[in-house]
Formats: sequence, C-alpha cells, structure tokens
Amino acid sequence: MSLEYAPAPESTDVVDIKAHYGLFIDGEFVEPIDGTTFTTINPATEGVLAEVSEAGPQDVARAVRAATTAHTRTWARMPGRERSKYLFRIARLIQERARELAVLETLDSGKPIRESRDVDIPLVAAHFFYYAGWADKLEHAGLGTSIRPYGVAAQIIPWNFPLMMLAWKIAPALATGNTVVLKPAETTPLTALAFADICQQADLPAGVVNILTGDGTTGRNLVEHPDVDKVAFTGSTEVGRAIQRAVAGTQKGLTLELGGKAANIVFDDAPIDEAIEGIVNGIFFNQGQVCCAGSRLLVQESVADQVTEALTQRLRTLRLGDPLDKNTDIGAVNSAAQHARITEYITAGENEGARRWTAPCAIPERGWWIAPTVFTEVSTAHRIAREEIFGPVLAVLTFRTPDEAVAKANNSPYGLSAGIWSEKGSRTLWMAQRLRAGVVWANTFNRFDPASPFGGFKESGFGREGGRHGLSAYIRSEVV
Amino acid sequence: MDTRVDVRKTYKLFINGAFPRSESGRTYPVSDAKGRFWANASLASRKDARDAVLAARGAQPGWAGATAYNRGQVLYRVAEMLEGRRAQFEDEVARSEGISSRKASGIVDAAIDRWVWYAGWSDKFAQVSGSSNPVAGPYFNFSVPVPTGVVAAIAPQDSALLGLVSVVAPIIVTGNTSVVVASQERPLPAVTLAEVLATSDLPGGVVNILTGDPAEVGPWLAGHADVNALDLTGVTDDGVSTQMQVAAADTITRVLADVTADWTIDPGLGRLRAFTEITTVWHPQGV
Amino acid sequence: MGVTLLVPDAAANITPDASDAGLRHVLHALPGVDQVGAEARAAMLASRSIKNEAKRTAIDLAISMVDLTTLEGADTPGKVQAMCAKALHPDPADDLVPPVAAVCVYGDMAGIARAVVGDRLHVAAVATAFPSGRAALEVKLADTAAAIERGADEIDMVIDRGAFLTGDYGTVFEQIAKVKQACGDAHLKVILETGELRTLDNVRRASWLAMAAGADFIKTSTGKISPAATMPVTLVMLEAVRDWHQRTGRRIGVKPAGGIRTAKDAIRYLVMVQEVAGPEWLTPDLFRFGASSLLNDLLLQRQRMATGNYSGPDYVSHD
Repeated sequence: MSLEYAPAPESTDVVDIKAHYGLFIDGEFVEPIDGTTFTTINPATEGVLAEVSEAGPQDVARAVRAATTAHTRTWARMPGRERSKYLFRIARLIQERARELAVLETLDSGKPIRESRDVDIPLVAAHFFYYAGWADKLEHAGLGTSIRPYGVAAQIIPWNFPLMMLAWKIAPALATGNTVVLKPAETTPLTALAFADICQQADLPAGVVNILTGDGTTGRNLVEHPDVDKVAFTGSTEVGRAIQRAVAGTQKGLTLELGGKAANIVFDDAPIDEAIEGIVNGIFFNQGQVCCAGSRLLVQESVADQVTEALTQRLRTLRLGDPLDKNTDIGAVNSAAQHARITEYITAGENEGARRWTAPCAIPERGWWIAPTVFTEVSTAHRIAREEIFGPVLAVLTFRTPDEAVAKANNSPYGLSAGIWSEKGSRTLWMAQRLRAGVVWANTFNRFDPASPFGGFKESGFGREGGRHGLSAYIRSEVV
Repeated sequence: MDTRVDVRKTYKLFINGAFPRSESGRTYPVSDAKGRFWANASLASRKDARDAVLAARGAQPGWAGATAYNRGQVLYRVAEMLEGRRAQFEDEVARSEGISSRKASGIVDAAIDRWVWYAGWSDKFAQVSGSSNPVAGPYFNFSVPVPTGVVAAIAPQDSALLGLVSVVAPIIVTGNTSVVVASQERPLPAVTLAEVLATSDLPGGVVNILTGDPAEVGPWLAGHADVNALDLTGVTDDGVSTQMQVAAADTITRVLADVTADWTIDPGLGRLRAFTEITTVWHPQGV
Repeated sequence: MGVTLLVPDAAANITPDASDAGLRHVLHALPGVDQVGAEARAAMLASRSIKNEAKRTAIDLAISMVDLTTLEGADTPGKVQAMCAKALHPDPADDLVPPVAAVCVYGDMAGIARAVVGDRLHVAAVATAFPSGRAALEVKLADTAAAIERGADEIDMVIDRGAFLTGDYGTVFEQIAKVKQACGDAHLKVILETGELRTLDNVRRASWLAMAAGADFIKTSTGKISPAATMPVTLVMLEAVRDWHQRTGRRIGVKPAGGIRTAKDAIRYLVMVQEVAGPEWLTPDLFRFGASSLLNDLLLQRQRMATGNYSGPDYVSHD
C-alpha cells in the first residue's frame, strides 16, 4: 500500500495583506511623489496579492535625503551598544512574527512553506542577532581601529530569498553605522514591507531604514544618486556589470553577489546516500532559484550510473505543488518570466543533444511550475553546462581524476560555490584549496549561517556577506 | 688623458623572468628630474601587456601553491638583493625624483624594509584574516584568504621605487601574480628592480614590469578577461581611471582605487585584503 | 561456507568465503554514511505533516505492524496472557481496530502466548542469549530450537556485537546462518543492537552482514540498551534493504524496536519507510514496530480522530 499524504496547508490567517502599499521613507509609509503602482502576484495561483508603489526619481531623492539625515544626525552618532540593541529588538520581532513572515514569503515568492519556515525566516532572525552583537565591538574585528561607515547604503536585493537577502544587507549595514535605502525585487516586495512595520515596532529612528519598491529603473536611480555612498547588490551578473560601470569613477563603495554555476563533485568514495540528498538539496532547494545552486553535477565515471539511477529514484519522491502545503518539496517558480527562461534552457539542452529526464510530477493548472529536470550526456560546451539557469535543472557531467574534477569545476566565469563528496579527508582539503569558489561545501550543500562568510570569485561578484568578513563591506577601508 | 667611456644599460621590459624589448619595437626617451636625457625605455604595447598577463597567469598556480613560508623567504631574498645593490638604487631614485642622495638613501631604506615587512606577512595574514566560524550546526567551518589571481597594477607616478615596492609586494606575498606598469616618467628604478627580482628566486612571471603609457596599456589590462583585479594607485587621470573601471566591469574585475598615497606610513592590511578572496569551507562533524 | 554477495559499487558479483577477510572485503566496500547528512535527512522526513485521512490510515497501519512486546525478568504467564489478549483486540470497544502483527516474548513464554493467540497472530520469541548474546553457539541454537518447539514462528536473535566490533565478521555470519538453519520455516529477525555499534557505518555493515547470512528481518535493538531505535539508524537500515532488493530481488524487513512511544513517532517512521525503501515495505510482512507503550498512544490518537475529542489514559487498557 502507499500512504497518500492529505493536503496539509499552512493557514494564511496569520497574514494581513493590505490592498495597497506606499513607500517606507523616513519612518513612515508615504505615497509616491512621482511614482506609479504595480501589482505583486502569487506565482502559485497567478492571483494578485497587493498593489505596490513604484518609486520615481523624486521618491528616491526623498529616501536618500532621509537616510543621509538619519545618518549624520542620529545613527552614526549613536554609540554602538545602542545601535546593537535596536538590532536585537528587530531580531526578536522577527522571531515573534516568524510564522506570519514565512507565510507571506511563500505567498509572494512561491517557495515551499517548509523552506520559508525552516530555513529563510530562522536565518533572518539569526542574521540580525549575529550582527547586533558586532555593533559595539567593531574595533575588535581586525579591520583597523578607526572604523568609519560609508554613510548611506543603497541596497538592491533579488526575489529568490527576499527577506533573507534583506537581512544579509541591512543587518551588517546598520551594525556598522550606515543607514540604508533598500529596494526589494519587484516580484517579492511584501516581506520587505512587513519588515518596515517591524522597524516601526522596534522604534528604529526614522530614516535609518527606507524601503523603496520598484523595478530596475528605481534601482538604477538609487544606485546613481550622488548622495549614495555605498552600493550593495545581489542579483544577476548582467545587472551587476551595469552597476559596476555606473559606480566607476565615483567614491562609492561596491559589493556584488552575482550568479553562479556551481560544480557539485561526487567521488567514488562518497557517502552516496547523503550525496544524493546533497545533490537534491543543491539544485532543487527553492526550485533551483539559488545563485549558489549545485547546477553542475560532476560525478566520477566509476559511480556515474549508480549515482544517476539513485538520483532519479529519489526525485520520484519529491512533491511538487501548493507551496503552502507543509509537505511540498518543490514550489512554484517565481514569475512568468523566470518560467519562460527555464523552459528556454530546457529546450536548448534537448536541442544540444543532452538527454533529458523529468520527474513525473502532476503540474497544477494555474501558476508557474517546472518539474525537476536532469540532463545526462551533457558536454562542457553545452549552454546548460555553462550558463546560469536559475531553475530546477541539473546538468550531469563526469570526470575520471581529481585533477580533471578541479579543471572542470573551475572552467567557468563564475566562482560562487562548490561541493565535494568524499570520505577521504586529505583529498577533500586538496580539492577545497584548488576550487575557485567562495564557499566550498564538503559532504553537505546549501548550508548557510550568519557566522559563515558568503560570496564569490570572478564573475560571481566581490565582497562577503556574513561573519566578521561581512563587516568590511560596510566599513570604509583606508588603503595606503 | 684618456677618460673611460662607461657602458650604459639598455632598459627593457620584464616579462616571464626575461628582459625582452617591446614587441612593437618602440621606445621613449626618459629624462632625469632636471630634464636631461637619461635613457630610452621600452614603450610597451597592448601585445606586451597580453604577453605579460599570459606569463602572470602561467606562474600563478605554482606561486600560490608554494608554501607561505617559501613565499616569505623569496620576498626576504628580494630585500637582501636590494640591500646589496642599494648604491645603484640611491643613484637612480635621486636622479629620477630629483632629490638629494641622502633623501634617496632614506627611500631605499624604506623600500627594503617594506619588502621585509610584507615578507613577514606571508605566513601570518591568513591567521589574522581567516577565521573559524561557529555555525549553528554540527559543522566545522573555516574561512581562509586565497589569492585573487592575476593583478594588474599601475604603479605610482611620483614614487618610482618605494611606491612601486609598496604596490607590488602586497600583491604577490599572498600568492597573486602581477603585471605592473611602472611610473611613466620615472621608469628606470623599476627596471633595475626587475633585475633584483630576476635574481631573488622569484619564479618567472610572478612579477612582470612594463614601461610606457598607462593610458595606452591600462585599458587593455582593465578589459582583459584573464585579469582578476586592478590596482589603480598610479592612475592620475580621472578619465583614464573611470575608463579602466568601466572596462573592469565587463568581467567583474576587482578594483582598488581611491588610495591615499603616503608611502611613509604603516601600510596596514588594506592592500592584502584588496587582492585576496575569502573561501569558506564547511565540513560535517560526525562519527 | 560459501556465500554470494554483491559488491555494492560494482556490477561484478564476488563469491568470498565467509572468512573475516572475505566479508571485510565486501562490507568495507560499502559506501560510508555521513552521520550529519543522515540525521538531516531523517529530520526532514520527520517534518512531513500527516493529517486527516492519511493519519487515520497510518494509525491503523501502524497498529497492524506492532510486535507487542514484553521482555522482563518479571514476566509471568498471566502477564503474557493479558498482553496476548490485547494484541488480538487492541481496543475492546472498537472491533474495527486491527490486531497487531505479533506478540514478542522470551522463548520460555512462547507456548503461553501461542495458546492465547492460536494462529491468528505471529508469536515472536527472542533467542540466542538475549539481550547480550554472550553464550556458546550450542546454547544459542538450543535456545532457538526450544522457542520454536514451544510455538514461536518468528525468532528475534541478537548478534554477537563483541565479535562484530572486533572485526570477527566470520563468527557473526556463521552464527546467523546457523540460527537461520535452526529456524526452519520460522522467520528470523536479526537484532543488530545499534546502540552498541555506535556508528552508522557499522549499522550499514551489520545490516548487510545479516542479510547476507540469511536474515528475513533486520531489527535495531533489544530495547535494553540506550539509544534504541532512532530515525537515522532506521534510515540507514531502510537504505540497506532497498539496496539489497535492488541487487538480489529479495525484500528484507525492518523492525525498529525500543523508544518508539507515540503515534506521531510511528507515523514519522512510516513516512520514512515509504520515501526511503518504498511503499512496498508498508506491510507487516516487511515492517514492524517493536514496542509496548506505543500501542496505547496509537489507540488514543485513533479515538481522538474518531470522536473529535482528546482521549485519556483511562480509556485504553494497561497491562
């Protein structure tokens, strides 16, 4: 017999979504001066969740002005121990409202509630707790004794981990004495707006955090505003390039966390069952819409068939569907545009001659869904082996020797993360030393922690988020 | 009475441990600080820059793979060799910068001491810049600084020796390799330094020195996809600086700009940090 | 003694003798188990939410998989008879509640149990110097034979953990094979006593060793050692039977025993069975719970689902 899991949806009673949201500037929700509005949609149902404001140039100017004033008059003058307590307050408020935030995140992004509840939101709270503790200890961080914040940080975040990316940006910026103007992604603004409410509940001084919703134009206006002192961006390498060009020749600090095409390398002495879990978690976590996703599986030839067989068996147990259902493993992809992009890559993979396998999942009628997809017989020259797909699509390649594994893994303009699966410690360390990646997961994958620095090599960006190293992104470095 | 005619040096480029002329065959006249002709320096071309990047890339894995102890020894060896030829450097610095030989002597002291200072960092930087991270789970998690790769630097225009050393040493001590464009007007101490580097156990290609016009070769280096980072310390023209930063964005090349060029003060760790990446490794702890 | 084993990572079969070296060659070629990863996988499966109809189905299935157990020095015929009565009719007020799978007793009580349950339930007897397994092979075989003679049709034997931990795999193999022989038609469950094996690598190796030597079931624990059954240990054993089936076509059963006390826990195990070994294992022929107090919690939860109200301990029988 088989045990059919009955629907187990998380209740949406805990969230209260307004019909319309303004911009959060200088401690208040205000209507845009020269902006318009747009809607945010539940990608699992295509239903409209709310109408959101799009900040125009004057709104950007207003927010930057508020942040500048808050920086010079309040935040930079405040002793670190007091800033610290505001961050602790925020962390506690996030814990208190964790269920609400998880449901909101799932509604707006399409990610499974299991992930928003067990991964995203706990990490958000943890990130604020971690950096709260740094605010009054900055001179002990090993970054010099005269710690100076940049001033106003313009922060632009993506839609894949909306509130978590907000935490990664705002917590270290505030701890170091910067004020921020943050723009969430246009498809996932709701948790950032809920965070604005949390700032109010924490009595955070007005203007320290400003949230501007909008699209790429709003983001560009923000980045190019002359009174912005620091730009932090997480998103595509394409936009990262444009931002790096835009700040060229200015005094603005810049950190970028961009794309990836991580190799997840499985040796023949790997703990195979856990490796299978790592592969699944590596590429199907958040529908593969993860910059550090293990999208290239490099498996040693001697176990390639065994691993591929075990993997496809395992993928048959993944449950795709209602993201609010507590048993859902694979939720909706974030938008129609992302769905089209992933679909285009799947077609490209087939056209280039790779062999496609798709998990047998029933696809709901409405919403944007992609069943877990595995390509075997992939060559290093195929687009699906080189370009970031940002979807639940795995390209399987093989290797014969550790040298070959390193060469293939590093053969990419990206360098964000990598995975190594082996029970041989000396080889794991040998590999970790040679992989050009900012995060190397050995016998695990897609683990995150506020104490652990995250960020890339090469076209995956520069700067680190998390840990002691994450502080330096928000401290003006004196280089002589 | 016969006066002996001295043998003059031909100042060439330093690429991959060898001293070639520019492939373009071009040279440009270099004067001393009083405007008197001194020598012809090679005028490096974009192809020389390309060759230098190739050499730097070729040398990078081996240099980064050397032990930190070994790299420290090599940098210290550079200091030793420099000390042994200090008279020549004092003369060239004095002539280049138009300062007294006493002042030049102090600058050479500082340049030698800077090599020694950075040599010592080779096996300590990872200790102060790395960390073991107490993550909330059964994992051992550590972060280590690793070299960014190939770094292209425009050396300071004024400080022909000390400025150059202060730029090159922090790039290479962590395991990067470099392509350095020497001071345009004062390139000769750089070429003499190349002779020191060539005899200091430094593997060929770790430091490559070009002489010429930063505005000409700089943008080629900035846009080169196999250059991982740029040091714009010696770029004096804001337009060129911006142009190079824009070119760097094509491949998300790291850029060090906005530098306070005071070579007499403690350099701190800023330059070491600028040209290292942090790799963080997770590993489960279990039985 | 020759035996055919399959090296897990190669297509080739090898036929080692059952010497330590031959068995070591095979068992140490099995992939390692990463403890942290296995625990994470078990924790993820434990987070499945089983509601409504699925929960009702799972509770009845779990009841039908219970080996209702008493293994005390103080066991008496009266105690065993009472337990057997409950095994047949777990909830006297509700005839729709299925009987459990078996009763599990010491060998000397097998006859008492058989007299009560007749052929309606299996009678499992622990044997081979349970729980320590420290006795001469002849004694273990005699212990087995005596239990079968008294009516046991399932034998829960313990392996010689000392021999296993010292690398004397040949001894462990031989004892299992001989007990299996002594069992005749009776089903053999091999208790690995995973709490003493300590590592998941050992659990995997012991599972394969037991299956190779003829086990019909592999069982986690005696219940006398802590920790007894855990989710990660059972996970590794379910992976072992899954892989064994893939290589030999034969399905071996799994029995976690000890420490499973709540319906919620039992349902988590069923989820794990389904998602790791496969739905084919969701039958009392291939999965059992070795438990005593679990049954009452299953009954309480069943009553709660039937009536809509929370039940209380006075509404189930205690033996």
